Amino acid sequence: MSIFINKDSKVIVQGITGSEGAKHTQRMLAAGTNIVGGVNARKAGQVVSHEGRDIKVYGTVAEAMAETGADVSIAFVPPAFTKDAAVEAIEAGIGLLVVITEGVPVQDSAEFYNLSLKKLGADGKPVTRIIGPNCPGIITPGESLVGITPANITGKGGVGLVSKSGTLTYQMMYELRDLGFSTAIGIGGDPVIGTTHIDALEAFENDPETKAIVMIGEIGGDAEERAAAYIKEHVTKPVVGYVAGFTAPEGKTMGHAGAIVSGSSGTAQAKKEALEAAGVKVGKTPSEAARLLREVYPA
Amino acid sequence: MDLYEYQARDMFEKHGVPVLAGIVATTPDEAKAAAEKIGGVVVVKAQVKVGGRGKAGGVKVAKTPDEAYSYAEQILGMDIKGHTVNTVMIAQGADIAEEFYFSVLLDRANRNYLAMCSVEGGMEIEVLAVERPEALARVAVDPTVGIDAAKADEIVAAAGFDAEKAPKVAAVILKLWDVFKNEDATLVEVNPLVATGAGDIVALDGKVSLDDNASEVRHHEHEELEDKATENPLEAKAKASGLNYVKLDGQVGIIGNGAGLVMSTLDVVAYAGENHGNVKPANFLDIGGGASAEVMANGLDVILGDEQVKSVFVNVFGGITACDAVATGIVQALEILGDKATKPLVVRLDGNNVVEGRQILSDANHPLVHMADTMDEGADKAAQLANA
Repeated sequence: MSIFINKDSKVIVQGITGSEGAKHTQRMLAAGTNIVGGVNARKAGQVVSHEGRDIKVYGTVAEAMAETGADVSIAFVPPAFTKDAAVEAIEAGIGLLVVITEGVPVQDSAEFYNLSLKKLGADGKPVTRIIGPNCPGIITPGESLVGITPANITGKGGVGLVSKSGTLTYQMMYELRDLGFSTAIGIGGDPVIGTTHIDALEAFENDPETKAIVMIGEIGGDAEERAAAYIKEHVTKPVVGYVAGFTAPEGKTMGHAGAIVSGSSGTAQAKKEALEAAGVKVGKTPSEAARLLREVYPA
Repeated sequence: MDLYEYQARDMFEKHGVPVLAGIVATTPDEAKAAAEKIGGVVVVKAQVKVGGRGKAGGVKVAKTPDEAYSYAEQILGMDIKGHTVNTVMIAQGADIAEEFYFSVLLDRANRNYLAMCSVEGGMEIEVLAVERPEALARVAVDPTVGIDAAKADEIVAAAGFDAEKAPKVAAVILKLWDVFKNEDATLVEVNPLVATGAGDIVALDGKVSLDDNASEVRHHEHEELEDKATENPLEAKAKASGLNYVKLDGQVGIIGNGAGLVMSTLDVVAYAGENHGNVKPANFLDIGGGASAEVMANGLDVILGDEQVKSVFVNVFGGITACDAVATGIVQALEILGDKATKPLVVRLDGNNVVEGRQILSDANHPLVHMADTMDEGADKAAQLANA
């Protein structure tokens, strides 16, 4: 088991013919991802070859899904066109949409996220789960990589990880490489994102393979505080936290568009306190967080 | 990017929001000329991106152009909460009958927009929100729909405007929505929105924050709104090289890849500094995924241009860009910089091709480069060198 993706996930790549799309299609295939098609309206009918596989390029997401049975899409599309790509995937009813693109206008993200809330399935829930934008994507080691995370850091195991940051995700996977991971998901550092810490926590709680959870946050917003409240109520598995940006000054944006401390809200200290009040041990550094995780990791 | 009041005023005017005359001045003479041009009573308003300027003495009513001159003389150069006043706006005096409040902003928590409106404007809205929350109407706005006529009516009804003013205020709210939507703002706030003695609705003050991503993608004209005069020279230099750099007040220069890892590196260095004379990180610098030699050289050049810097910590987790490429980048960057590179460099590499990367650095055997096996060790070493 794992969350959101597994070995059966059938993946299409929006923007497969671009330089980023091509590079990461090759890497995802090498990591074992079952890539069944690509999408580019202007290059429909072409075939691209990576890792000894021929992958057909379709004109639309809907066509690609109809032809291949794809249930996951990953978008490597420039920021100016990301909204259109996301809207197309949502309208087509894809199950999971991973948006890697950095620099998407926040009103575009707000629009396509809210569109996804309106396209409901028979169960009354949104058909499309969105991960990102501005994220490294998701990896279930040994089964499927839908993103840009290096696949060789570690293998399968019992740690579930959710993080706003890409390289901190890699750092933490590296620190805990001997334990291995069920799924590691980078939700992105933008002010508006699809999947949240809470969504991932809920999924990890329900995933039998996940034995313990690492949650990595950073300054800005109050997502970590809300996650803390959720953990207190709903999560029985051990959770260890790490928050980046204790020394960040107020009013300065630290790289991620969402990472800015305004006034008294959004500080790393406030997030740490909220998590600790929910019974989550919080490391001061990535290495300390890794140490704390080992202490609570079930034998 | 946050705008100055005068920039917000001009943007409002462009989108048909009713505003009064306003002219910027950077000298008392310009202020006097502006007051003469506008005529009658004017208000001399300090242009700073911080609240509470009225209490700090940065807003004065001038009855004559000569008064405008002397108030501008007082206000220009004034320090308001650490912000120096370089510009004043000479604004036409208003005949205020009533003051209201309106804002529309990105609501991160709910991932939509939030409109807030009150018939009690003028005061600090944070205070009103706490002391009399019922007086501040909060109406969620669906980003896929926006504020249409029906939503504007809903907002003014929730705020409790009377039948005479409600349609007038709703019309102005629709114009303010045009500003929010068409300029890709994350905040548009008017405090106060006023009714004049003649019954007109006017935006007397304005606060606008723009989305930097959108400015990059589809609002290149926003570049003109950037405040180059008060920008830190190192930050300006970094920006010109396309680097994501924030100047801080410490001694250990930091270079890393990925915003989260760099933020984390700042923390780890600050903790290590507690054992080494309390040295602190000197900057935030994210070189992103592709750490080419050129990017590394540009980054090092900016950091070494900071006179406060005593040592540099390069903390890279090789992902898509493998460690050997990063190591080659460091070696080439030091060659490019030559004699300009004078400060010790602690390098920690992990991840893809780490063995090859470390080998490249140890083969180069550069006298300034120190290797570290872990992030914690590297931070400690860099802090120690900065305190030497």
